[in-house]
Amino acid sequence: MMKQLTWKDLPLGGYVLEPGNARKNLTGTWRTERPVIDQDACIRCRICWMYCPEPAILELKKPYTTKSGKKYDLTYEIDYDHCKGCGICAHECPVKAIKMVPEVGGG
Amino acid sequence: MAVAKALSVREELVKERLGLTSNYAAAYAVKAVDVDVIAAYPITPQTTIIEKLAEFVANGEVDAEYIPVESEHSALSAVVGASAAGARVFTATAAQGLEFMHEVLHIASGLRLPIVMAVPGRALSAPISIHGDYQDIMNARDSGWIMLIASSAQEVYDSIIMAYRIAEDSRVLLPVMVSYDGFLMSHTTEPVEIYHEEYVRKFTPRNLSRYRLDPRSPITIGVIASPEWYYEIKYQAIHALKESKSVIKEIHGEFNKFFGTNYDIIEKYMVDDADYVLITYGGASSGNAKEAAKRARERGLRAGVVRIRLFRPFPTEELVNAIKDAKVIAVIDRALTPGNTYEGPVFSDVITALYSSGVEKPVVSVVHGISQRTMLADDFYNLYKMLDEYAKTGEYPRRTVFMGLRT
Repeated sequence: MMKQLTWKDLPLGGYVLEPGNARKNLTGTWRTERPVIDQDACIRCRICWMYCPEPAILELKKPYTTKSGKKYDLTYEIDYDHCKGCGICAHECPVKAIKMVPEVGGG
Repeated sequence: MAVAKALSVREELVKERLGLTSNYAAAYAVKAVDVDVIAAYPITPQTTIIEKLAEFVANGEVDAEYIPVESEHSALSAVVGASAAGARVFTATAAQGLEFMHEVLHIASGLRLPIVMAVPGRALSAPISIHGDYQDIMNARDSGWIMLIASSAQEVYDSIIMAYRIAEDSRVLLPVMVSYDGFLMSHTTEPVEIYHEEYVRKFTPRNLSRYRLDPRSPITIGVIASPEWYYEIKYQAIHALKESKSVIKEIHGEFNKFFGTNYDIIEKYMVDDADYVLITYGGASSGNAKEAAKRARERGLRAGVVRIRLFRPFPTEELVNAIKDAKVIAVIDRALTPGNTYEGPVFSDVITALYSSGVEKPVVSVVHGISQRTMLADDFYNLYKMLDEYAKTGEYPRRTVFMGLRT
């Protein structure tokens, strides 16, 4: 429960004096569908990372070897705390490696 | 003694006595306070302010960024941005331009930005009118700005200097509008004493402690506020506006001491023993009212005038104190609030002020000078005679009197 600040407690004019605090606002609960990346199909093109408006695509220095033996230095994962489920990543993915899965009752 | 002292103060401060319109007086004041950013779009009767400033900038007499924008909406938006970045800014507009700025007026006050704007008032279309009244200014009254209404070119010059001190005061941090009569003042030349700039700058030091956009120390200005926060943030600005009155009075006092002037948030003219008081604002109507009061006094009527100089925040206590012993009062408005019980906007403010103090008075609502319909001193003298009649009969009009209207 956030403390209920009065008008006297708030910074003047509603200014936000602490930079970068939007990350404290967990927007993941807004989601109705979650993107799921198929790491074997993903070609590491970075398009989802570029298009994500949040940004909630994480580019991680995590080596991955696909089932067909292809080696990558990077792995792309979803920051589910902030992903709002807009589906832009799935729409833009050139190899259809991202699927939108319903949050409730989905598989 | 006090007069001699004031005169000697001015002898040192006054650089020269020039013939200036109120618009040029505004431009000279902006030059004297040393602004950083000017953004403006021309509109009658304001244009000569920004033309003069453009000349000052082009000649290197004012070291400011001059942004000729494509609309008034952009003019105020540009100075909102510059002010948020910490700059001292100026813009000016009137009439349709002020209406086009309207949404940004609320943004400027909500973001607590110390913007100073000059507005020579003008009637609004339709029908199209370029002539003066106060409709544009009255339409801006709920936008959270501090609003001063001057009555001479000298007062415009002095008010703009004061406005920067008021706006930038850490206890205030609100935009200030300095308004006056379109044409009757904006384009009328009067003698104005301008000050040596070093003194003006000494009186208007910059407030460097306010928050501003700075990449070295990032903050966010202009966020969305959900219903849990909006009301509190808006109330801060409402509270600051109300509380600003004491700061404005304090700065008036300092200005008077520094520049040897005699400004107050209301001007009282022969009011102390007056039975009949005309309350008004701006140059032409207050000048006529004073002349009429003089004539009425010569004919044995105890007549007086109160001129509202500070319009927002409203000088409630000061006004009530000034008129509490009067018998009958009239409020002369040069603007309309159509469809209200009475059509004079400041009349309603005066009634509210009296109500807040529990004072009951006969007050008459008068509208005159719409789109610069000629107001004669005789019109106002006749008004004093009417008030005298009302006092004798106890009967007075319970609806707005439209003076000067052909019926």
